[in-house]
Amino acid sequence: MTSHIDELVDFDVALEKYDPVLGFEVHVELNTKTKMFSAAPNVFGDTPNTNVTPVCLGLPGVLPVVNKTAVEYAIMIGLALNCKIAERCGFARKNYFYPDTPKNFQTSQYDDPIAYDGWIDIELEDGEVFRVEIERAHMEEDAGKLTHMGGSTGRIQGADYSLVDYNRSGVPLVEIVTKTIEGAGKRAPELAKAYVAAIREIVKALDVSDAKMERGNVRCDANVSLMLKGAEKFGTRTETKNVNSLRAVEHAVRFEIERHAAVLNSGAAIVQETRHWHEDTRTTTSGRPKSDADDYRYFPEPDLVPVVTTLEWIEELRSRLPEPPAERRKRLQADWGYSDAEFRDVVNAGITEQIEETIAAGTTAAVARKWWMGEIARLANAADKDVIDLGVTPATIVELNSLIEAKKINDKIARQVLEYVVGGEGTPSEIVEKRSLAVVNDDSALGAAVDDAIAAMPDVVEKIKAGKMAAIGALMGPVMKATRGQADAGRVRELVLEKLGLAG
Amino acid sequence: MSAISREDVAHLAHLAHIEMSDAELDKMTGELGVIVQAIASVSEAASADVPATTHPIALTNVFREDVVGETLTAEEALMNAPDSVDTRFRVPAILDGE
Amino acid sequence: MNEIIRLSATELAAKLRAGEITSVAAVQAHLDRIAEVDGGEHGVHAFLHVNTEEALAVAAEVDAIRAAGGAEAEALHPFAGVPIAIKDLIVTKGQPTTAASKMLEGWMSPYDATVIEKIRAAKLPMLGKTNLDEFAMGSSTEHSAYGATRNPWDLNRIPGGSGGGSAAAVAAFEAPLALGTDTGGSIRQPGAVTGTVGVKPTYGGVSRYGAIAMASSLDQIGPVTRTVLDSAYLHELIGGHDAADSTSLNEPVPALIAAAETGASGDMTGVRVGVIKELQGEGYEAGVQARFDESLEALRAAGAEIVEVSCPNFKYALGAYYLISTSEVSSNLAKFDGVRFGTRVLPTEGPLTIERVMGATRAAGFGEEVKRRIILGTYALSAGYYDAYYGSAQKVRTLIQRDFEAAFEHADVLISPTCPTVAFELGSKVDDPLAMYLNDIATIPANMAGIPGITIPGGLSEGLPVGIQFLAPAREDARLYRAGAALEKLLEDKWGGRLLDQAPELSAATGGVA
Repeated sequence: MTSHIDELVDFDVALEKYDPVLGFEVHVELNTKTKMFSAAPNVFGDTPNTNVTPVCLGLPGVLPVVNKTAVEYAIMIGLALNCKIAERCGFARKNYFYPDTPKNFQTSQYDDPIAYDGWIDIELEDGEVFRVEIERAHMEEDAGKLTHMGGSTGRIQGADYSLVDYNRSGVPLVEIVTKTIEGAGKRAPELAKAYVAAIREIVKALDVSDAKMERGNVRCDANVSLMLKGAEKFGTRTETKNVNSLRAVEHAVRFEIERHAAVLNSGAAIVQETRHWHEDTRTTTSGRPKSDADDYRYFPEPDLVPVVTTLEWIEELRSRLPEPPAERRKRLQADWGYSDAEFRDVVNAGITEQIEETIAAGTTAAVARKWWMGEIARLANAADKDVIDLGVTPATIVELNSLIEAKKINDKIARQVLEYVVGGEGTPSEIVEKRSLAVVNDDSALGAAVDDAIAAMPDVVEKIKAGKMAAIGALMGPVMKATRGQADAGRVRELVLEKLGLAG
Repeated sequence: MSAISREDVAHLAHLAHIEMSDAELDKMTGELGVIVQAIASVSEAASADVPATTHPIALTNVFREDVVGETLTAEEALMNAPDSVDTRFRVPAILDGE
Repeated sequence: MNEIIRLSATELAAKLRAGEITSVAAVQAHLDRIAEVDGGEHGVHAFLHVNTEEALAVAAEVDAIRAAGGAEAEALHPFAGVPIAIKDLIVTKGQPTTAASKMLEGWMSPYDATVIEKIRAAKLPMLGKTNLDEFAMGSSTEHSAYGATRNPWDLNRIPGGSGGGSAAAVAAFEAPLALGTDTGGSIRQPGAVTGTVGVKPTYGGVSRYGAIAMASSLDQIGPVTRTVLDSAYLHELIGGHDAADSTSLNEPVPALIAAAETGASGDMTGVRVGVIKELQGEGYEAGVQARFDESLEALRAAGAEIVEVSCPNFKYALGAYYLISTSEVSSNLAKFDGVRFGTRVLPTEGPLTIERVMGATRAAGFGEEVKRRIILGTYALSAGYYDAYYGSAQKVRTLIQRDFEAAFEHADVLISPTCPTVAFELGSKVDDPLAMYLNDIATIPANMAGIPGITIPGGLSEGLPVGIQFLAPAREDARLYRAGAALEKLLEDKWGGRLLDQAPELSAATGGVA
């Protein structure tokens, strides 16, 4: 059904020949107490089919009623994205059969969105601000959750049967759709990631979504097409569905660009289709063939009446908006004293809030940045995860830092402790205790190690005595080795100087 | 308005997820043809400036407060299920096993 | 025949309150009647399920409360203890709900429809669930997957549809009250051909929550009774705002009982009655036209001002109705797929995928008429045809509303025959969908515009009942009861009793008319 390409074209090579054109549909699950059209609780992770009413199961005879808070959240998202708010809008039915869709139609706003014509500014790594135009933000409902059983992969392909949980059925969604994005060039993957990070940041700041990508609170469908440089017509696009982490968004866009280029270079045509992203192989495959895909038979939902927004209502909601992200960023950067580059890295990593909370909990801005952008980022990279998905919290960092300040552990040990935290071994204090990682402060034990080192390295001692203080470092190695790294470097230095009669 | 063909009906039956035998398709094509012809005048009845009425009584802004209400128990939810495993509905494979 | 079952609901309620009869006795009398005339090869077959145990238990509860007296007895609804039959399109806990479809064979709803909650709260014993055309699609009840219902006036004729079961049950004295649903005439047309009273309330006047949707923008639940006053009581009981139905009117129920009582004087002085030019004449049987003309005479004699009004766009109503209703049907019935509830049918050959299971389930679970309408609706909504079909039909709806608005400038109520013909013979139109659809020509405009309508018995043509329909502006249901009760009084005075008094006796022994 699609041209099969084994070889990809190298990204940079592809970008020499083609311009990528992007578009995003980001689904945001709202954190209302109840679902979009029923009073069932909107809660993640409960026993399957316990957070359901007859409405969520699409039982015969049921009718939907709109959740007012969901409408207000949708308007707030629209306002935060600089959208116009529709004076009047309604709901439609999107008809297609799928077992996760209990009525076999989805209730959605389709061409009658509550918010439209907005924009959001995205700051890229090179400092350029890229404006992404928003076509619309509309309300709809989530589907249930299918689990594919049997077969080898747990994927839909090859499964023997599937199990359906309707707890998620009817959870309120706002779908944010961009206009076509041109001109990103080789920064397309970066822009994709930064855009989704920005949307995530906004809905989190609005407190209208839990915004946890790993739980599917924010899901991105990425549209990619390539056009020959200088061409005037867009190429055929593919839509990669449910890309559920910031890194995956970046990778998926990069992969599709490389794949499209390969297909086009081979002389074949891109098939307009849905693609599925596979995190394990970092590839996309042709998506589920949806037989009804080209004919959803939309029509106005007769069981729901139109939503009419008044100016008073909109202004009341506008007054509930938090500080606009751009202004907030300006303020935070000034407060924290980060350079432009430092701050941009923080924003692009999507950890502004973690740093803010870490500082609020008592560390300096420099310490917060050191850990989040340093060791934690390294661990995330090694684990191939987003920083926020590592399980490290601001509390972890505050605790770690206070252990360092109390000289219970040194920097090096702290990095180890962090690794154990990521490995799920507990809080830093628990880990230090359990693994006996506290620094050796006992002067007799430390003293013996220092004595041994002095005895073993007379040439180094001479250099120190001659005033080459940097040579102390050479003694540090054996001392650390003897204490299994748990010695406090400062104290070792003091002891060396003391023992050589150079102290004070 | 064009006549409705057997292929049209087969496509519609596919969209509607109703399997039909060849004989049924033939019969349905004939019947729909008669009905569609009889109601064809509807297309020409109203001029472009007539607004559509989707709801017979015009209401707006009917909302529910965001308050959790009564839910079904898993037992009630599953009590009519043709097939289930634990508290989930079980359905045959979604894709053909290739 | 036990005299209890010939009482109107209002009369029976009075006797229950006075302690002259117990509710258990009343329920038992009706259960006996059902046992006598409903079953067998030539029975009425109004019921798909008889709810003996629960009905008697509720009756006993009411009797106990009345016997104990005091505040609880005082607080009882005036109709407490009066039995009622429920169209099997309305979901009920504890009783199966099938919509007369194989698709829902054995399905038990885990919840009650809002109207059922109200009936339970008022303690009306539910006698059971009545037959209908599958998913309410039809005008003869012949499209039931569980066999046709027969007209008590002539067991070889149709009782109308889709609510033929409710109308036949009430006409055959198997129940004094019943609930119906009316999407294009499914309460009023069966009412007309069985000599009973039926009301389609203003759209939104009665909650639709728990009525299995046929066409959401057209469906309304309403009363099916033998007298206008009984309908008023039942309508007030089931009406009112329901937060579970977004299209429910958030307004008090109009004073319908009072309107019916006013009308019962027979005085129509000062009431302007508009005769819809387009809903008479050609296509209407001579006997129907004659009874209709006599009704106009009676109204005029009672002081009504008879005026003629024209609704030129009604000629498009039937076509537009079939486009809108089938479009909504195609979507509303998509949920019947064998995944969460109901029948699941596996394909007999080929790979077993959910897609194919859905296709096989829907092929086996739906009857022909339902399939026909789903396909037509799918067509009307499909890419390339939406504007010409569904879109145009919604515009016609606007035109019909405008016709009514203009007509109601000259008239307080409008009047027409409910149905162009009397009951036709079973099987005579079942293979001709178009001829079947024409039965609803006079009832459909009200659904399209959302306005209320009532049918009352207008006499007989060749021994079969003719119905007279009144229509009123939206929210003015009270006018129907005023005019309906007046005409009922005028005609019954003329006949010397109720029209149903002239119905033939049914007997089980002969399996037909005695």
